[in-house]
Amino acid sequence: MNWIDVGALDDIPLRGARLVKTPVGCVALFRTGEDEVFAASDRCPHKGGPLSEGIVHGRAVTCPLHNWVFDLETGDAQGADEGSIPTYPLRVENGRLLLDGDAVGRRAAA
Amino acid sequence: MTQKLVVIGAGMASGRMLEHLFESDPSAYEVTLFNAEPRGNYNRLMLSPVLSGEKTYAEIVTHDEDWYAATGVACRFGERVVEIDRDRKVVVGEKGEVPYDKLVVATGSDPFMIPLPGHDLEGVIPYRDLEDTERMMGLSAKPDAKAVVIGGGLLGLEAAAGMAARGVEVTVVHIMGHLMERQLDEAAGYLLRRALTDKGIKVMCSANSKEILGENGQVKALLLDDGTELPCDLLVMAVGIRPSVALAKSAGLAVGRGVHVDDQMVTSDPDVLALGECVEHNGAVFGLVAPLYDQAKVLAQTLLGQEAAFQPKEVATKLKVTGCDLFSAGDFAEGEGREDIVFRDPARGVYKRLVLEGERLIGAVMYGDTADGAWFHGLIKDREDVSEMRDTLIFGPAFQGGAQADPMAAVAALPADAEICGCNGVCKGRIVEAVEGGATTIEDVRAVTKASGSCGTCTGLVEQVMALSLGDDFVMPTAKPVCGCTDLTHEDVRRLIKARELKSQPAVWQELGWTTPNGCHVCRPAVNYYLLADWPLEYQDDPQSRFVNERNHANIQKDGTYSVVPRMWGGLTNSRELRAIADAADKYGVPTVKVTGGQRIDLLGVRKEDLPAMWADLNEAGLVSGHAYSKGLRTVKTCVGREHCRFGTQDSTGLGVKLEKRLWGSWTPHKVKLAVSGCPRNCAEATCKDLGIVCVDSGFEIGVGGAAGMDLKEIQPLVKVATEAEAEEWSVAFVQLYREHAKYLDRPYKWIAKVGMDWVRAALSDADERAALVARFDLSQTIYQKDPWAERAEPAQARRFQPLADLTLEAAE
Repeated sequence: MNWIDVGALDDIPLRGARLVKTPVGCVALFRTGEDEVFAASDRCPHKGGPLSEGIVHGRAVTCPLHNWVFDLETGDAQGADEGSIPTYPLRVENGRLLLDGDAVGRRAAA
Repeated sequence: MTQKLVVIGAGMASGRMLEHLFESDPSAYEVTLFNAEPRGNYNRLMLSPVLSGEKTYAEIVTHDEDWYAATGVACRFGERVVEIDRDRKVVVGEKGEVPYDKLVVATGSDPFMIPLPGHDLEGVIPYRDLEDTERMMGLSAKPDAKAVVIGGGLLGLEAAAGMAARGVEVTVVHIMGHLMERQLDEAAGYLLRRALTDKGIKVMCSANSKEILGENGQVKALLLDDGTELPCDLLVMAVGIRPSVALAKSAGLAVGRGVHVDDQMVTSDPDVLALGECVEHNGAVFGLVAPLYDQAKVLAQTLLGQEAAFQPKEVATKLKVTGCDLFSAGDFAEGEGREDIVFRDPARGVYKRLVLEGERLIGAVMYGDTADGAWFHGLIKDREDVSEMRDTLIFGPAFQGGAQADPMAAVAALPADAEICGCNGVCKGRIVEAVEGGATTIEDVRAVTKASGSCGTCTGLVEQVMALSLGDDFVMPTAKPVCGCTDLTHEDVRRLIKARELKSQPAVWQELGWTTPNGCHVCRPAVNYYLLADWPLEYQDDPQSRFVNERNHANIQKDGTYSVVPRMWGGLTNSRELRAIADAADKYGVPTVKVTGGQRIDLLGVRKEDLPAMWADLNEAGLVSGHAYSKGLRTVKTCVGREHCRFGTQDSTGLGVKLEKRLWGSWTPHKVKLAVSGCPRNCAEATCKDLGIVCVDSGFEIGVGGAAGMDLKEIQPLVKVATEAEAEEWSVAFVQLYREHAKYLDRPYKWIAKVGMDWVRAALSDADERAALVARFDLSQTIYQKDPWAERAEPAQARRFQPLADLTLEAAE
């Protein structure tokens, strides 16, 4: 693992999300009402909607374009829709957000 | 032969141990008892009743002077133990040494004091012993005394409730999201919080303490992370306890979190034993009294050379925070393979939750009605197979083995004079009469009797009475719930939010029995709207419960870019505004500029990151958000009116501008579009708007409920008035009536179809009611009539529109 500090937990609103640009594309960082954090692709597999703009509820997010709902733990679409989004390791330490650089295609600093 | 026994610590565990010892063999040991507190054993659990004034100290003493005299215990109270010398087998007290053959360490625990700046100020205390209790009791002598309690666990809440009972103004600051999170789940924690709030205790959850502020060495206030300052004369820290192990550690005994003991309560030294909150047994430490009493028995037996072993048992907690009944037992965390059975009656303040794994009950949490706690605890402890009684398990032992409970049978058994609707005093007989008189629907019954017409909580009961009276003729209405998170309809939710004065989202989730922790994308925007519409001052709008357009104050397009529409009052603009719009289009590379149907200009294809800067530029020219994205007032379309037009009868443009200036910024159940036409030729197309005004020579004809979208509707006449001022008053009153009553996402025409145009006319015809509606609208506007663009162009807000980090740049280096 190659943990990269990408910001403070409080930079993400409760039940909200923020965007991080990475070599593998835009990654959305989610913060649930219970203060859990998840990282997943920002791009909805349906029509490319920006998931970081969706409503976060429980441990799920709803795509703002056509209401697909994704489980943030597994990345799987819920209900009748089929598809999934890649998820990435993200953790919180001392109030800082640490994203796994290896998983998002970022080489460790030499 | 009598041996010498020294006991360090006169707490509840050692007191019980001595009782067992003397009961079995009063002459086996000559006992010396050290206690740092200047007194002997008392029931520490009863300090809270002492604090609240229900008991006195004398009543909670468990061992008095006579007892110590009768048993021959040499009391060394108020004397600290300095050292244990295990080589010489002596205990060194402040006033001298005492030799021992056997030593019992019962030093208990120390309150944990958070090392916040200022924690050593005078007036910052833990809640542990009688001295602390007396400090809190003394506070009430001071007029307007204020106290802050850090810690929303059992002890902190006891301290808070006790002080509040003595008239002190208390605030509880808790770091976690709900109270007593180790014993209660979120729902029970919520009910507890509500009960405490009702007692006048202020509870702040998810609150981080930052610093304790003082003046002349005396505590003055607690400062929170978010800058809140809570003034206080006394600050009680009740965040937890730690085994008190310093003495044992310096004596060289094996110590982990607590003093290590084996099943016989013997430490790493065979002549030194230990028990109580200071010990660690198989990795566990102890805080509740039940296991300590078990340890006391085992230790006494070990001292007497009898075989005994300590076996920790499943522990249940039955707690009472002055007036609130709580019970929790076993493991009630959610997990895979676990299932919940929940019973919730928020109106009575009762909540029960059982957690099952396979065929067994593994956990239980109860609030309000804890009568069946012991029975559930037994099922958990005995790992009993509960699959047979699962259907009625939650109703407790009284329901087991009997016939299935039939709710209809209970209603059928009610006498005719039993009250069904408490709000309107309607009894069962009156409803039966109404049905016999021809009422077949709940609406009919409501119209005749008023039953279920106020708070609505008895609707189900009224329906059951109707079903009994009508038999097969009665069809239970199948109302459509808001979403999968609840069985309630939008109408139910709106009514209950008002009737029960629910003023926050958690209040709605808990009191209305939501099945999800915080709703979903369907219900949350609706509930957010209902709360802000009904409680404009108390409720704070939640951007995270809004659809992206309303959160970002721009319309998201299919490629993730946004459209920006500045407001043009009544469709009027000028060369300066047009120049600013053109400049913005150039500066931010706007690919498409389009004139909208609402008489303004749409800049399409703006990147999210550019929004705040673009808004700041447009603000500079006096342009504000057009709310082209909101469930709120969109535009007031106008024609040129009598200023220029040879047919115009009134100043339609001017009235349009006035209406737009009055109504902009308000949130509504769905978008609202207005228009004012200067003559019946209707160039502003006013007759297909949510509210349309057609000017005539003698005044203004107002109609409502038009639409030109999925449905095409012509407005229905509401009223004809003579003056502009009246036209404005009726328009505002209509919008407020719609705001207060319509279901979220119903345009006015849909709402009017449900309530009837007659009802709308009747409601607005009353001059007092109209004035009250206008007043409520204006009150709401004091909060919501603010340009969202200006607020979000501020640097702190604008940052949220940028990516949090960009890892592509550095990677490319």
